[in-house]
Amino acid sequence: MSLPSPSVPLSSTNPPLLALTGIVKSFPGVRALRGVDLQLNAGEVLAVLGENGAGKSTLMKIIGGAHAADAGTLAIDGQQQRFQSPQEARAAGVAVIYQEFNLVPALTAVENIFLGQEETTGGFLARSQEREQVSALFQRMGVEVDLDAPCRRLSTAQQQLVEIAKALIHKARILVMDEPTAALTSHEVEKLFILMRELRRQGMGILYISHRLEEVFTIADRVTILRDGGNVSDCPIHAITRDQMIERMVGRPLDQEFPSRHVKRGGPRLEASGLRRGKAVQGVSFQVHQGEILALTGLVGAGRTETVRLLFGADARDAGEIRLDGQVLDIRSPRDAIEAGIGLLTEDRKLQGLVLRHPIRENFGLPNLRRWCRRGFVQHRRERAELDRYIAALRIRLSNPEERVGNLSGGNQQKVVLAKWLARDCEVLIFDEPTRGIDVGAKYEIYLLMNELVAAGKSILMISSELPEVLGMADRILVLHEGRITGEITDVAHATQEQILQLAHA
Amino acid sequence: MPEPMKPARWLADYGMILVLVLLCAFFSAVTYSEQSPTGEAAAGQVVEAVLKAVPNGARVLVVASDQPGDAVFAARVERDLKAAGAQVLASVTGEPRNAREALQKIQAAGGSLNAVAATRVAGGWRVFTDLASDFPSLGSPRMITPASYRWPHFLKSENLLNIANQIAVIAIVAIGMTLVIITGGIDLSVGSLIALSAVLAAGFIRDRAGGVSASTGGMVLGCLLAILVCGAVGGFSGLMITRFAIPPFIVTLAMMLVGSGLAYILAQGQSIYQIPDSFVWLGRGADLFGLPNAVVLLLVLYALAQVLMSRMKLGRYLYAVGGNAEAARLSGVPVRRVLLFAYVASGLLAGLGGVIMASQLKSGSPTYGNMYELYVIAAVVVGGTSLSGGEGRMLGTLTGAFTIAVIQNGMNLTNVESYTQKVVLGLVILGAVLLDKLRQGRWAR
Repeated sequence: MSLPSPSVPLSSTNPPLLALTGIVKSFPGVRALRGVDLQLNAGEVLAVLGENGAGKSTLMKIIGGAHAADAGTLAIDGQQQRFQSPQEARAAGVAVIYQEFNLVPALTAVENIFLGQEETTGGFLARSQEREQVSALFQRMGVEVDLDAPCRRLSTAQQQLVEIAKALIHKARILVMDEPTAALTSHEVEKLFILMRELRRQGMGILYISHRLEEVFTIADRVTILRDGGNVSDCPIHAITRDQMIERMVGRPLDQEFPSRHVKRGGPRLEASGLRRGKAVQGVSFQVHQGEILALTGLVGAGRTETVRLLFGADARDAGEIRLDGQVLDIRSPRDAIEAGIGLLTEDRKLQGLVLRHPIRENFGLPNLRRWCRRGFVQHRRERAELDRYIAALRIRLSNPEERVGNLSGGNQQKVVLAKWLARDCEVLIFDEPTRGIDVGAKYEIYLLMNELVAAGKSILMISSELPEVLGMADRILVLHEGRITGEITDVAHATQEQILQLAHA
Repeated sequence: MPEPMKPARWLADYGMILVLVLLCAFFSAVTYSEQSPTGEAAAGQVVEAVLKAVPNGARVLVVASDQPGDAVFAARVERDLKAAGAQVLASVTGEPRNAREALQKIQAAGGSLNAVAATRVAGGWRVFTDLASDFPSLGSPRMITPASYRWPHFLKSENLLNIANQIAVIAIVAIGMTLVIITGGIDLSVGSLIALSAVLAAGFIRDRAGGVSASTGGMVLGCLLAILVCGAVGGFSGLMITRFAIPPFIVTLAMMLVGSGLAYILAQGQSIYQIPDSFVWLGRGADLFGLPNAVVLLLVLYALAQVLMSRMKLGRYLYAVGGNAEAARLSGVPVRRVLLFAYVASGLLAGLGGVIMASQLKSGSPTYGNMYELYVIAAVVVGGTSLSGGEGRMLGTLTGAFTIAVIQNGMNLTNVESYTQKVVLGLVILGAVLLDKLRQGRWAR
């Protein structure tokens, strides 16, 4: 295949495609970047690693023209640039694909790709021409995307392809990708990597941000590691090991990825039998025991999230019974579930877990207000005291509990969600992708917390797409496929990823 | 809040207060003019001056015109002078003709006259200019009038109370609208509910409570009934919105038409005015420190609403539902009940607004409240509440309502005609919100 891209001769005398030197950026109260250097050559995939809050997102926004640096220079092909807007960056050949895609959900792939740069003939849209171009491009990319469906109906992977196509149509030479694999299945990840390698062969420079270290070894040529807004490491991929990467990111040696625990499993607590809803969930039954972490896994779309939403009363079930400690629960709403002692950490914390525009304190208090209320009045002092306790216990990094929760980094946002459920003291906690988009250090802290919870006699139902996490944390694994349980693994210590994948493909 | 607020942040939150203060300063400056005290204040001053000029056994004529407050002036001067041992030969309240007649009578009776105690206006009548030559036998009575002073007409207490009274209905209805808008909705039906409530209350008093001779109990019952019916209409809107997921704009647009239509049907297109005089207690009375009752009610309601929004669980839920309904639901917030509360409250407050308006105007008419939903929304928005929900403050809305009232009042005082007033008001609303946006961009990062 051959993709449209300007041919850039690769030679060592040429200046690098993209060079950042001494980039400094401060926000009120935070010094996000304190003099970061970064080089990206044409025909190279550079992985940028770092914990949440290390400054990756800020750096990316400076490259993409969304933020202006306070100091330092940015050069493309040796020419200094000062982007005042994302438009200017795009014109200079930089395309940024954020984790939240920049697509208009109601428009089709073609309309999105040409948005703002529509092809016209005599003032009218040249629709068929646009369509042909896009269709040819997708063909050369070796992928299939429905050109007529509104983008909201496309899968995450397909939406990502639309974003990449947009970059290619705009003749981007620098592609910045933030966690591009976070929401993809392993099969989709493979396809994405094939495409990325082809783009690299044609001289594109790809800046790739990820928390998945395995993937970094598969795709990257070089790594730059950031910590606390500064560079700590910059080396070719073959000169570093996975453990070294983690140590440099967190700034201390890391003994193990998953903390061990010794908890005796108790009797069954939460029992679900015959849960059904439409095609997504077709008769799911299981038990979660006291002091147990039960993992629910399977491919994206297997019905994992849909199943736990029924347990939590977030969706109405067509059939099925839910018991807690032998008592049948009449759960019709999340409120009922919470009353009964069930908590749900949603998979999408921005849309479902938090009110981003509201203060941290109010988000923390939301499910707990009843505990701090007297005759309908919120006792602010008690609320604040409890929050302070959890901020310390979970090491939530923030400048002020009254600031908007949306200003926090992903890991700290997740900790706020965790805090609000911990304060509620639920008996059964459902964790839907608890570590998605979270850095290694924060992940470890969340694992520790899960261990403490089961040690205290709570039960945890965990959904995860990351198989190492499933194998490392669960006491028992249930595998779902097309709305049904297709297998159970009780001997987790000797289980393998292949075993799970086989069950997942049923 | 335990956190001390930074000044910049405070400005961003309550910046509209600054705009309001600037507007008041502007109208004070342009209405700065010669004023003379009236009523009791004027009376006190005049009595003091009379007693100083003629310390013992003064023979005095009291003259007042027929302007508002002048009767009070005359009565008070007469009473105080008599109490101080002076002799009030006559007390005139009316026109120059009456004053001349009184003077003639005093002259005919053959006594002397030491002083004429008059209001500023009456003192300027021509009958008094040549007193010595026209009525030589009276001696040479002194003319005593209250001293004038310079003060902005806008800032006179009567005018300020007038502003508060004028805006009471809009400000009270705006409390409910703020609740609804904070949940991310809108209530277009409030204007029609004002009319429906006024018609219901007035109609009940005329037909069921004995009309002009209705008892207090009957009137209260009629008002409560009207308010409750409006609350029920709000509840119906809320049910449509929560159970069938119809957008609030559509539901309340429909209820706006329904409410208005019902008001016309019930009133048969007429005004209902067969109401006892005492019915105006709520709208025109002033029992507490001279504050109008409607304004007292307004302040109490705002205080309650402010406590609800800042201190109570329900308030927190209202913000959360507007900020992210799904996240709120998954945190156990009873989203439907919270929304229902907002629309019922909005309906009840619109009903109360209608009752106050009926009381102010001592009648009920289906034409009341026309376009009020827009003024109410304007008050909320000028007060800094975001139409996208999740943000907003009660005290901001109060500021917004007063901003609109001050602009209208100021233009009345400066004789701007009503069509021009509309143009200016529209532009000011836009400008106020624009200013708020600009300030937030700079300071509230």
